[in-house]
Amino acid sequence: MNKPKRIATITASFLTAGLLAGAVQAADLHVLNWKGYGTDETWAVEAFEKASGHNVIHDYFNSEQEMLTKLRTNPGTYDVVMINAAFTGQALSEGLIQPVDVSKIPNVADVALEMAESPMLNADGKTYGVPWVWGLTAIAVNENAFSQLPTSIQVMWDEKHKGKVVLRDDALEAVQFGAIATGQNINDIKDLGAVRAKLASLMPQVRAFWGSENEWNQMVASGQLDVGTYWSGSASRAKTNFKLPVAFVIPEEGVVGWLDGLSIPTGAKNVEGAAAFINYMIDPGFYVEWDTKVGAPVSANSKAVAALPETAFNRTVLGDPKVAARIQFQAPVSDADREKYLALWQELKVEVK
Amino acid sequence: MPQTDVSQRASTGPRSQWRPALPLLLPAYLWLTVAIFLPLSAMAFFSFMTELPLSGKPWAFTLANYAAFFEKSFYAVLLRDSLRLALEVTLWCALLGFPCAYVLAKILKGRSREAIFLLVILPFWSNGLVRVFSWAIALRGNGLLDRTLNAILPFQVNVDLMFSYPAIVIGLVHSYLPYMVLTCYLTLQAIDDSLIEAARSLGASRFTVLRRLIIPLSLPGLVAGSVLIFVPVVGSFMEPRILGGRAGTFYGTVIEDQFVAVFNWPLGAALSFILLAVVLIILGAASPILKRAA
Repeated sequence: MNKPKRIATITASFLTAGLLAGAVQAADLHVLNWKGYGTDETWAVEAFEKASGHNVIHDYFNSEQEMLTKLRTNPGTYDVVMINAAFTGQALSEGLIQPVDVSKIPNVADVALEMAESPMLNADGKTYGVPWVWGLTAIAVNENAFSQLPTSIQVMWDEKHKGKVVLRDDALEAVQFGAIATGQNINDIKDLGAVRAKLASLMPQVRAFWGSENEWNQMVASGQLDVGTYWSGSASRAKTNFKLPVAFVIPEEGVVGWLDGLSIPTGAKNVEGAAAFINYMIDPGFYVEWDTKVGAPVSANSKAVAALPETAFNRTVLGDPKVAARIQFQAPVSDADREKYLALWQELKVEVK
Repeated sequence: MPQTDVSQRASTGPRSQWRPALPLLLPAYLWLTVAIFLPLSAMAFFSFMTELPLSGKPWAFTLANYAAFFEKSFYAVLLRDSLRLALEVTLWCALLGFPCAYVLAKILKGRSREAIFLLVILPFWSNGLVRVFSWAIALRGNGLLDRTLNAILPFQVNVDLMFSYPAIVIGLVHSYLPYMVLTCYLTLQAIDDSLIEAARSLGASRFTVLRRLIIPLSLPGLVAGSVLIFVPVVGSFMEPRILGGRAGTFYGTVIEDQFVAVFNWPLGAALSFILLAVVLIILGAASPILKRAA
C-alpha cells in the first residue's frame, strides 16, 4: 500500500466510523417547555450536546392546558416535558407520562427528600416527575418607593400606593393571593366570598394587570409601580440582570410556592437521552451558571443551591427555614374550581372598569 | 369564416364570459377557501362542542358556549363597552382623517402631496405591536409626552395617560387613521374641481360648499372608512391590553383569554361568533343609510 492510498483508506474508515457513531449517538431529543425557561439557554444546550452527543430540539407551550394537549395529540414526539407538579397527577392519570428510572439520574440523590418524595410527583412507589426547580409567588416592591421594606401583604391595600399596584392577569394566582390575604389555605379555600370581597377592595388600587416579566420590569423602570405580585425568579432576574431597584418580599401572612418537575412522556423514543438531559438540568454546574448569568428559580438539588455564591438571593433568603415555614405549595386544582376562579376574576375586572 | 366565428361567440353569450374569467378568479377563490372559509367553519364547529376534539377528551355537541354569554352579565357589558370604543375611535378617525384627506386631494399638489401622503401611510409600514409599545413609552408619566410638554410649557403639567381609556383610544386612532384618510382621499379626488368653482361663483359660502357638495359626494368614502375601522376595533385586544391597564378589559381581550390563557377554544369561538353576529346586525340595520350614502 502506497502512502496516499493508505491515508485515503484511513480517512475513509474514520469517516465511516464517525458517521456510524453519529448515527448511534446523535439521536434527537425533543424537549417541551415554556420558552426561555432554562432548558433552551443556548450555552446550556451546546454544552449538553457536546457532552452527550444528543441533538436537542425544543418545542414550547403557552399554558399548562396547551402542554397537556400537545402530549395527548402527539404521543411519541417528546422525550422530556416540563410539568408543574400541580399538573403531574393529571398527566399521569391520563397515561401521558411514564415512570422515570431514577437510577439513571445520579443527581437525584442530592434532591431534597420532601421534594423527591412529593406525592404530587410519585405514585405506587414510582417517580413520574423529577423535581427541577421551585419558586415563590409573592410580592415585590420598588425599593425607591419604600424607606423600609414592608413585611405584610396588606401593603398592597395601602392608600399611599394607590394607582401604583399591579396584579398578574391570572385567575388562579389572583384567587390564591386573595386566599393568603384572608388567612386561608390556598389549596382548600373555604370562604371564596371573603376572597372575592378582599380582591374587590384591592382592585381600585390597581394600575394594571401584568402579563410578562418585561412589562413588570418596565413599569418599575419608569416609576409607575410601587408594589405588585411577582415571582421570586423574576425578581432576582430584575435585580441581577437588569439592575432594577426591585426587592422580593416574603410576607408574614404566607406565600404561594410552586414546584416544576421534568417528566418523560409515554412512548418517548429517546428515554436514555431524556434521563441524561434531566440529570444535566439538575446538575450544580448548569444551575449555578443559569442563576448567575440569567437568574433562575431555586434548584431542587440542595448541592446546586449550596454551590451558589454566598450572597445569592436563592441561597440566602429562600434557604432560610423561617421562610420555608410560610410557604404553601400549590396542589392540583380541579377543572370546576378553575372555571369558578376564572369567572370570579373576570367579574372583578369588569366591575372595576 | 371570421363571420361565423363572431356569430358563434355571440350565441354562447353569458356562459362564455366565464371561460376567460375562471383562470383569473380561481387562484383568489381557492386561497379564500383554504385560508378563510375552512378555518372559520372549523371555528364554527368548535363553538358547538363541549371539548376541543384536539384535547383527546370525549366531546359532544352543545349550545352551552352560546348560553354562557347570556348567563354572565359581564359579557354583555363588555360587548357594549367594545361597541362604544369602536364608535368613538371611528368618530375620531373621521374628524381627524377627513380634513387631512381634503387637504391631500384638493389643496396640495405634486411633491408636497407625495410627502404628506407618505407620512399618512407610514404607520402602516411599522409593526402594530411596535406602534403600541412606542405609545406606551410616550404616554406614561415621566414619559416622552410628559417631558416634552414640561420642557415647552412655562407651568408644570402632569401628563400620565398610560393605562387609561384615552390611551386606548389614542393608540387605536393612530393605528386605523390611514384607512379613513385613504378612502376619503379617493372619493374627494373624484369630485370635479369645477363643481366647487361653480358653487363658489354662484355665491355659496365655503361652509355651504362643504355641507351641500363635498360631504355628500365624499360620503361613500367616509362610510367605507368607518366600516373598515369599526369592525376590527370592536374585536381589538392588543391595544386595550397593553395601553389600557385596569381599564383595558374588553370583549376582545376576554376572547383572547379563552384562546391563549385558559385554552377554552369552544367558548372563545362562540363568543367570537356572537360578536360577528352583532356586528352583522349593526351593519344590516345601518345598510339603508349606507346604501343611500353610497
